[in-house]
Amino acid sequence: MPGKLKVKIVAGRHLPVMDRASDLTDAFVEVKFGNTTFKTDVYLKSLNPQWNSEWFKFEVDDEDLQDEPLQITVLDHDTYSANDAIGKVYIDIDPLLYSEAATVISGWFPIYDTIHGIRGEINVIVKVDLFNDLNRFRQSSCGVKFFCTTSIPKCYRAVIIHGFVEELVVNEDPEYQWIDRIRTPRASNEARQRLISLMSGELQRKIGLKVLEMRGNAVVGYLQCFDLEGESGLVVRAIGTACTLDKLSSPAAFLPACNSPCKEMKEIPFNEDPNPNTHSSGPSTPLKNQTYSFSPSKSYSRQSSSSDTDLSLTPKTGMGSGSAGKEGGPFKALLRQQTQSALEQRGGSPHRFCKRREFPFFTLTAFPPGFLVHVGGVVSARSVKLLDRIHNPAFVGIMGNTRSYKLLDWNSFNADEPETRDAWWAEIRQEIKSHAKALGCHAVVGYSESTSICEEVCILSASGTAAVLNPRFLQDGTVEGCLEQRLEENLPVGCGFCHIPYDELNMPFPAHLTYCYNCRKQKVPDVLFTTIDLPTDATVIGKGCLIQARLCRLKKKAQAEANATAISNLLPFMEYEVHTQLMNKLKLKGMNALFGLRIQITVGENMLMGLASATGVYLAALPTPGGIQIAGKTPNDSSYEQHISHMQKKINDTIAKNKELYEINPPETSEEVIGSPIPEPRQRSRLLRSQSESSDEVIELDLSHGKKDAFVLEIDDTDAMEDVHSLLTDVPPPSGFYSCNTEIMPGINNWTSEIQMFTSVRVIRLSSLNLTNQALNKNFNDLCENLLKSLYFKLRSMIPCCLCHVNFTVSLPEDELIQVTVTAVAITFDKNQALQTTKTHIEKSLQRASTDNEELLQFPLELCSDSLPSHPFPPAKAVTVEKASPMGEGNFRNRSAPPCANSTVGVVKMTPLSFIPGAKITKYLGIINMFFIRETTSLREEGGVSGFLHAFIAEVFAMVRAHVAALGGNAVVSYIMKQCVFMENPNKNQAQCLINVSGDAVVFVRESDLEVASTQQAAATCQPLCTGGEVTT
Amino acid sequence: MTSELDIFVGNTTLIDEDVYRLWLDGYSVSDAVALRVRSGILEQTGATAAVLQSDTMDHYRTFHMLERLLHAPPKLLHQLIFQIPPSRQALLIERYYAFDEAFVREVLGKKLSKGTKKDLDDISTKTGITLKSCRRQFDNFKRVFKVVEEMRGSLVDNIQQHFLLSDRLSRDYAAIVFFANNRFETGKKKLQYLSFGDFAFCAELMIQNWTLGAVDSQVDDMDVDLDKEFLQDLKELKVLVADKDLLDLHKSVVCTALRGKLSVFSEMEANFKNLSRGLVNVAAKLIHNKDVRDLFVDLVEKFVEPCRSDHWPLSDVRLFLNQYSASVHSLDGFRHQALWDRYMGTLRGCLLRLYHD
Repeated sequence: MPGKLKVKIVAGRHLPVMDRASDLTDAFVEVKFGNTTFKTDVYLKSLNPQWNSEWFKFEVDDEDLQDEPLQITVLDHDTYSANDAIGKVYIDIDPLLYSEAATVISGWFPIYDTIHGIRGEINVIVKVDLFNDLNRFRQSSCGVKFFCTTSIPKCYRAVIIHGFVEELVVNEDPEYQWIDRIRTPRASNEARQRLISLMSGELQRKIGLKVLEMRGNAVVGYLQCFDLEGESGLVVRAIGTACTLDKLSSPAAFLPACNSPCKEMKEIPFNEDPNPNTHSSGPSTPLKNQTYSFSPSKSYSRQSSSSDTDLSLTPKTGMGSGSAGKEGGPFKALLRQQTQSALEQRGGSPHRFCKRREFPFFTLTAFPPGFLVHVGGVVSARSVKLLDRIHNPAFVGIMGNTRSYKLLDWNSFNADEPETRDAWWAEIRQEIKSHAKALGCHAVVGYSESTSICEEVCILSASGTAAVLNPRFLQDGTVEGCLEQRLEENLPVGCGFCHIPYDELNMPFPAHLTYCYNCRKQKVPDVLFTTIDLPTDATVIGKGCLIQARLCRLKKKAQAEANATAISNLLPFMEYEVHTQLMNKLKLKGMNALFGLRIQITVGENMLMGLASATGVYLAALPTPGGIQIAGKTPNDSSYEQHISHMQKKINDTIAKNKELYEINPPETSEEVIGSPIPEPRQRSRLLRSQSESSDEVIELDLSHGKKDAFVLEIDDTDAMEDVHSLLTDVPPPSGFYSCNTEIMPGINNWTSEIQMFTSVRVIRLSSLNLTNQALNKNFNDLCENLLKSLYFKLRSMIPCCLCHVNFTVSLPEDELIQVTVTAVAITFDKNQALQTTKTHIEKSLQRASTDNEELLQFPLELCSDSLPSHPFPPAKAVTVEKASPMGEGNFRNRSAPPCANSTVGVVKMTPLSFIPGAKITKYLGIINMFFIRETTSLREEGGVSGFLHAFIAEVFAMVRAHVAALGGNAVVSYIMKQCVFMENPNKNQAQCLINVSGDAVVFVRESDLEVASTQQAAATCQPLCTGGEVTT
Repeated sequence: MTSELDIFVGNTTLIDEDVYRLWLDGYSVSDAVALRVRSGILEQTGATAAVLQSDTMDHYRTFHMLERLLHAPPKLLHQLIFQIPPSRQALLIERYYAFDEAFVREVLGKKLSKGTKKDLDDISTKTGITLKSCRRQFDNFKRVFKVVEEMRGSLVDNIQQHFLLSDRLSRDYAAIVFFANNRFETGKKKLQYLSFGDFAFCAELMIQNWTLGAVDSQVDDMDVDLDKEFLQDLKELKVLVADKDLLDLHKSVVCTALRGKLSVFSEMEANFKNLSRGLVNVAAKLIHNKDVRDLFVDLVEKFVEPCRSDHWPLSDVRLFLNQYSASVHSLDGFRHQALWDRYMGTLRGCLLRLYHD
């Protein structure tokens, strides 16, 4: 009996007229939690009722508190007939269960009806009294904090990053139950909304339990997704990274970095390794030769179950870069071993129920300094599966007022059944793990999973970035390892992560290695692809830009296995072409690295779509990319050659123009000096091509053609011609605009506080006749380009501005329909300050270092106070202590700024980023995870499909904002629209849409407000923008 | 490839002022796109016509959704669906309730009923304002009228409170409501030279002095209806022209005072009795609703036109009216000084405003 939930219904406003005769409404409210329902009195004849109810008290288990949503239904009382429902509000009370998050939920919530949309608002107050329960075998995981943010949240410090947690829960979809034939659409929608809410609650609780087992206290980078598998059911799955976080709430906790998102926003105080142990004679273990075939292995694992046959294919893609120099090699091997042991150690940790430690994956995309040692490259795996009905023998009753349907944990129930969703994912993860291994890496960062479902075929995808991590963050505080001071020497700031983690002589794939252009000591690849954000210490030249590869492939309509086979056969070609396109476009931009790479393959009835988005940058550590060389096949035709040379000129012009546009002026270096004696100096991408394509197209390279590292495009058929053309059709954004899909834009560091988050959706109908791949590609390309152009036009008043975190999602709702959904945030930056000199950067980093030192003060103390075995910090630690800047604690206490209450009343900012420019996040209030269904049977009257969806998305935003405001917050960070499933039937004048959004509710304080409060020492240690103190609210 | 669906939703609702104006002016999407193209926006931004079309559609859809809220502006402030900064909200409201001079002159003083609504077609043709825009303006007048008609308290304050309009626009609406309620005739040919501003000025003076609210702030309809008792009493003023001695005395007092000061003294002297009769008769007739409606026609016929035909300069009109009103105080035997001041004080202001070409 560990919790008491208290609810008070205060008032309503703007209610709809329910009684035509009087133009008024007799409203009352039902408050329901679990099986208990309370009712308010009927407030007669008013559109603005004042119920002012008593406190309704629910005495419940904390397990229920975590799973169940609070359900508030507003009804119109009718004496003679059934009461009419006006609408509902679902309130997730999870944020009230953490001690540090919100203490009360109080505010105006939109009353939502799945048929009519928002119908007025209701004012509700919710509180929870939680009793401590020390029962060790409890099923709840109250107190574990969840963050959608894929970096360590701003006002926390990571003590330990434990690793991957995942869970999935399966149920029948109410929409496909027999009962759905006789119930109203409203009842069906509500059953679905409630079920999903319940399932997400359960999922979160179970993940929380796993975190507790690992002795963590938080999940960062929590990503929860729904698979609407139709007839075969509903899967809710989630992944995340378990961490032990410490709140920086003590007076000295001072995060200078998080205030200036421009550069070092993801700073966590581990800038330098305080461990002074010297590396005596590291066991120079020779690297094991890891063999890895790079060509997509068409490995069919034909599994047969009693009823169905499953096909699975996983084209592997490993792309790598990095280098182990002669000295670096053994050291790295050591490091890797440590990391592995750290990871494995946890696997073998004495927690009895814990057996999932096998995946060293991290959903984080940005890391504390020093965490990321080397980056290998992108690893991805896909698998095509046939969905069969999820065998769910549990009684699924009528969705009534009580919780009569039982949720099943797929894992536990079907433990003996091999064909589980869980097994599918395990397979894919195993694949990813082995790819990472092949790249000489033991961990995968920036990891994510996704699905694409069409009828009974499902493509499961996972991708991440293979990496070598610093084990210090991964250990449970038992072993400090023998990380040596040399670490820093070996990892010069700004290029360490680029160095290859694999052995030069046994490269997993042929790559063109050179010595690092930054430190000149170790090897780097010519191109680097990653799924993570640009590390904050990376040295970048010029600005970055959004790079997209877009691709369509027709496929025959087929059933079941034949369909799955067809898709499986197409996938490797898609992957290959997407990569080629990315590579070409990257070269065309004159850049050499991709960050935030996300490749989405979508399956439809008669086609496959591939969309890859990434942010291209020029890393100073990597070599200058060569140009693109065009080679014709028929050299004797003079007009043809003329054409070729014309194209070549165009390409060269474009590259030059792009270099100017993105301000890429790397310092000239003489190639000869650092030229590397690498055995196979061939172009990686070139090889990628010849390898990935089947044997019929193995072209011998003419390497004498032009510069050594020029990228040769062979125009051998019309397809290739098309490719070249499409390369050149991508127009750069208009002047004053930049775009990227990462958190921040490299090269811009003076954001103003003006931000605009938006969602844009487009659906096009393809003319069904004579569709060819080319026509399809062109249509898709135009769709994306036009969409971007529209965005630039719409946001022109914000110039100079950058579109950040541009997130494209493609779906194929019907045969000839392509839907593209974009969510991003536009941030205005100050042009005048745009040219910050490197000098200020250095100053900044120096300041940062000094404050970081100070923060390290706390680190050992807090660890010692932990229940864990004490952390044997070497005595030399004291040196660091002494170095700490003499920042008085009092100073910080004095400068608590007024909380958000009086600033910006009512305005709730939303952003897909983890920070708010020009502001400091002072508190995380909990996760927002909402699922809505909207349906209409009067599509024309609501302004057609556009009017319907426009209104619905606006309503979703409104409901998110209302929930955040009720929690006492003023912003949502790391906001993401995970699903936007739109279905229409214009003939029947009907449409339905499902939207799932999530994010972190936060309280932020403007830096300008903070500055006022902090007067004394801003000058001493921090530059003005960096000031910030912990605000006690 | 056809676009089935195309939307853009911002966390902060984007409002394009230019598109808003086009929407308010009642242009269709295609007309609005054509007008925007003509404005040279494509050249400035390098956008394509398709982008412009999509953008315009989007804004129109937003405005269409906002329109319901604009009908009750306080709702716009409290609603949660569209996050709009306060300054933008004010702009949306102010522009929505703004009206065209040409349009308001057509309907000023007319009954805001369905019958008039049918005439909107003709007004649209006559003024060149789109029918859609005419409808919006007419509906705005009617909506404001309905809301404040029966309300206590100051008319301007009520409008401001319920429609959140600026002070200036609230005053204009007060005039519109006042005129509509009293059905003052403003459409006659001889009144065509008058602007809405002229009428609004008079309306304000009349609301301040001639309504119930001017004497008692606790009654219903105080600012909308003229004070019936006052109108009843006005017939007492008739003595000023009916009593020949009094009229002569009045004339001599005025003439003595103004001799040498007016450029049109002789004309004034010759016309004094006519003018005075005109002004006093207007007052005496106001007891009848029909004559109230014709107030402005009468004022122009009986005072403005005669003076104008004699080419009185405005300064002379002012001197004359001041003296004309003031000298009544020196007339012994005239007992309705307060009544006269209440009437003439307002009328003097109105006449001075109405006196122009």
